[in-house]
Amino acid sequence: MGDTVEVAERVEAAPPGRPSRSILRRVGDEFLRRREASVLIVAVGLGVYFASAHPAFLTQPNLVNISRATAPTAIVAAGMVLVMVSGEIDLSVGAVYALAPFNMHYLVDYYSVPVIPAILLALLISAAIGFANGFITWVFKVPSFVTTLGTLNLVIGIVLVTSHAYPAPIPEQAAGRIQNWLGAADWSQLLWCVLIVGFFHLVLTSTRWGLHTVAVGGNLLGATEAGIRAGRIKIGNFMVVATLGGFAGIMDAFRINTIDPNLGGGTSIMFAAVSAAVIGGTALAGGSGTVIGAFLGALVLAELQNGMNLIGISANPYFLILGAAILISMIANVYLSRLRRAGRT
Amino acid sequence: MAGNANGEALRVEHIAKRFGGITALADVNLRLAKGEVLGLIGDNGAGKSTLIKIICGFHQPDAGTISVAGEEVVLKSVDHARALGIDTVYQDLALVNELTVYHNMFLNRELVRWPLLSNRRMQRLARRHLEDMGVRIPDVDVEVAKLSGGQRQAIAVARSVYTDAKILLLDEPLAAMGAKEGALILDLVRDLKQRGDVSIIIIAHNYGQILEVCDRINLLQHGSITFDKPTSETSVQELTDLVVAEYRAARTRGLAQDPTPDAPRGGRG
Repeated sequence: MGDTVEVAERVEAAPPGRPSRSILRRVGDEFLRRREASVLIVAVGLGVYFASAHPAFLTQPNLVNISRATAPTAIVAAGMVLVMVSGEIDLSVGAVYALAPFNMHYLVDYYSVPVIPAILLALLISAAIGFANGFITWVFKVPSFVTTLGTLNLVIGIVLVTSHAYPAPIPEQAAGRIQNWLGAADWSQLLWCVLIVGFFHLVLTSTRWGLHTVAVGGNLLGATEAGIRAGRIKIGNFMVVATLGGFAGIMDAFRINTIDPNLGGGTSIMFAAVSAAVIGGTALAGGSGTVIGAFLGALVLAELQNGMNLIGISANPYFLILGAAILISMIANVYLSRLRRAGRT
Repeated sequence: MAGNANGEALRVEHIAKRFGGITALADVNLRLAKGEVLGLIGDNGAGKSTLIKIICGFHQPDAGTISVAGEEVVLKSVDHARALGIDTVYQDLALVNELTVYHNMFLNRELVRWPLLSNRRMQRLARRHLEDMGVRIPDVDVEVAKLSGGQRQAIAVARSVYTDAKILLLDEPLAAMGAKEGALILDLVRDLKQRGDVSIIIIAHNYGQILEVCDRINLLQHGSITFDKPTSETSVQELTDLVVAEYRAARTRGLAQDPTPDAPRGGRG
């Protein structure tokens, strides 16, 4: 990360007319052509600003806070990017995020399933909800916005009915090692986040699945005519985002040490993930987006919330800034992609 | 040439297809010799697109048979038809704008060193193949969105040829294309003809330029082939007269209402 920023600064600093200029310029072009460039600049810029504004920003406990605010959003956003690139959206992922830890709790405490299998089963159920989202969207041709609006409410209903709207404790068998590994330890969430983001970045950019996801989102008819099974791709991506949502939910439950049925009605993490994806350069219309961009988008959101908190601005203007950030980043994306398209190649 | 299975790439017999109450194809008979370029023309709603979609395995016919290289086949899917060497280049371009040229060239047949794509190998092969075919583009790793209509069409054709297509269906290859771009495509077809290992059906609405490269012309009217002549024995004038005469005849009978809409294209339906 540091290298790239340095390059960008040097490009700006390079006086015109020097022989090295063209090389630097090419490097700068290459950097700007990457979709993650603008959001990386914003993320680093915010970091520098808040670090200079408040000495506590760069302390280890605060960095842990930021990592914990970034990780679940970025994990969900990684899946959201895949879904959005394939031309759909999943509004229900926050509800799955709320449901998964309850399922783990029910399985362990009422059905005596050991913790690890219970977690895996809870993830499997999450995946099944994702499958239902994809299936309804693809087979019945219901727009995913509507499908997942339905399942969002449905799943929230399941959470509230089965839990009677009361929080539940973390199952005792999970306390200790498992809980620490899966969210409670300082850096565990960030570790999972980096693994997951790295993995899905690779999936999107360097595998057939990723290529077909772009193809289906970019030109559905063309992709179908090329023999790509679009339904499979879309349903699969719905399953990915739901599974990641369930995983993030379980990790957050472990971290806050309770299973809460009222986590913002399940919508706040979904909106955060969509925002992160969009700020990171993912197009709502499908066909383009980056997982690393979404991670940086989640980092920007976390920095904003944390930094504003530190320097004593109340939490309320956060939404003002978030709203402005989404709008500005969308306008910048449209503008930058036009520049990229015009390209100096 | 009839009866000579060796020289025959494709034979379509008594194909019929209905969509609800609309008869798209009534009774279509068509043959394509090896290495031949056949022009399939017809007015809007004559059933051209439906016929193409049947030959490429997208639709299944209600009746009739299809033989590929003398052997009768039932085409189950686009993949199946493609496995038999039948490939289509659509007028609305099957390329994905967001992907690079070489990813488009290899779309759904990507070279993979599991689990990752072999991008370098695909780049190299795509570059060499496009050079072989005389398709000139800035580079294979630019996004297709940056290319002109003619270049995109050429890449789509090159893609089909590259994947060992034996029978190539070009759906309106010159639609919405300037003269220079059109010439690029026609040159490509001529090159392919010279090589002789591909048989081509060109579907066209506007037949002026198309005639230049076709060996034979079939006219599709109201769901059947009503005219079949070598290009040398016909002319644009004759074809135009046929289409217009049919329209006039229909009008005097009071039947020239709105032309039957083409069958809905799959996926968009």
